[in-house]
Amino acid sequence: MATTLTLLHDGRSDEITVADPARPAIPAGALEETLGWDLQPEGLCQGPMCIPVDQSALVREDGLDLGVLAGALQRPLVTDEKHTVASLGASHHERGDALASLDAPDFTLPDLDGNLHSLGDQRGKKVLLVAYASW
Amino acid sequence: MADLYGMINVPTILWIDEEGRIARPNDVAFGSNDFKEMTGIDSEAHLERLRAWVRGEGPAMTPAETRAAQTLPTAAEQEARAEFTLAWWLSQQGHTEDAEPHYVRAGELAPHDFTIRRGSMPIRGLDPMGDDFMKIVTEWSEAGNAFYRPIETPA
Repeated sequence: MATTLTLLHDGRSDEITVADPARPAIPAGALEETLGWDLQPEGLCQGPMCIPVDQSALVREDGLDLGVLAGALQRPLVTDEKHTVASLGASHHERGDALASLDAPDFTLPDLDGNLHSLGDQRGKKVLLVAYASW
Repeated sequence: MADLYGMINVPTILWIDEEGRIARPNDVAFGSNDFKEMTGIDSEAHLERLRAWVRGEGPAMTPAETRAAQTLPTAAEQEARAEFTLAWWLSQQGHTEDAEPHYVRAGELAPHDFTIRRGSMPIRGLDPMGDDFMKIVTEWSEAGNAFYRPIETPA
């Protein structure tokens, strides 16, 4: 019986209809809109970059196997079957490569008045980035 | 933010130059010596270097020094963040009991990540400033681990 899976990824959540919550699959047509990848004969592609993938394992009748997809993208996938929710984390390769490039990853956060500020807005200035917590 | 920059505790500071390049990677530094007795970290050393860098009177770290001082995220740390994200979502939906095993698993995967272990305490009904926190810090320290791990600053 089809059910709705909440997929947490990249700071957002998407609702996906899945046939088997124990082995969730993402509809092939939703792959690009949801995760920004496209399935081509060469593999999973994002712009000019393609990642080889075992398509016989990836492609199922009900869509693209989310576990195989996560493995191909080297992203951790953890699930809670009872509440039909899955969390797709960021690849440690992707995060590590970004930091090792020494280009500070951009981000946008609100100030206390709700006004949004991006790190990129500070270009041309020296920035001290401080992460603290009041717990 | 913690995910993007691989932060595992607070305070974490970075220097970012005018071109948006990391000129000093994740480090531990305080804005004052209010907690020096507890942390053992003198704020002045960092503040002096920072002032000199901002005024153009002193260097940042070189790219090679910066790279050497970076600790890049591991697969286990990223899996811990995915578990934490899932647990947080379950907590916010009111599924407190079902969230707990995911918080525990996140802590097992990245026991050194206190943005997860301490950061999840309030929503789990634990005290992030009291006995619950001191218990995990004591266990961590008695196992031979440092709670704060500042980078070694080049001369």
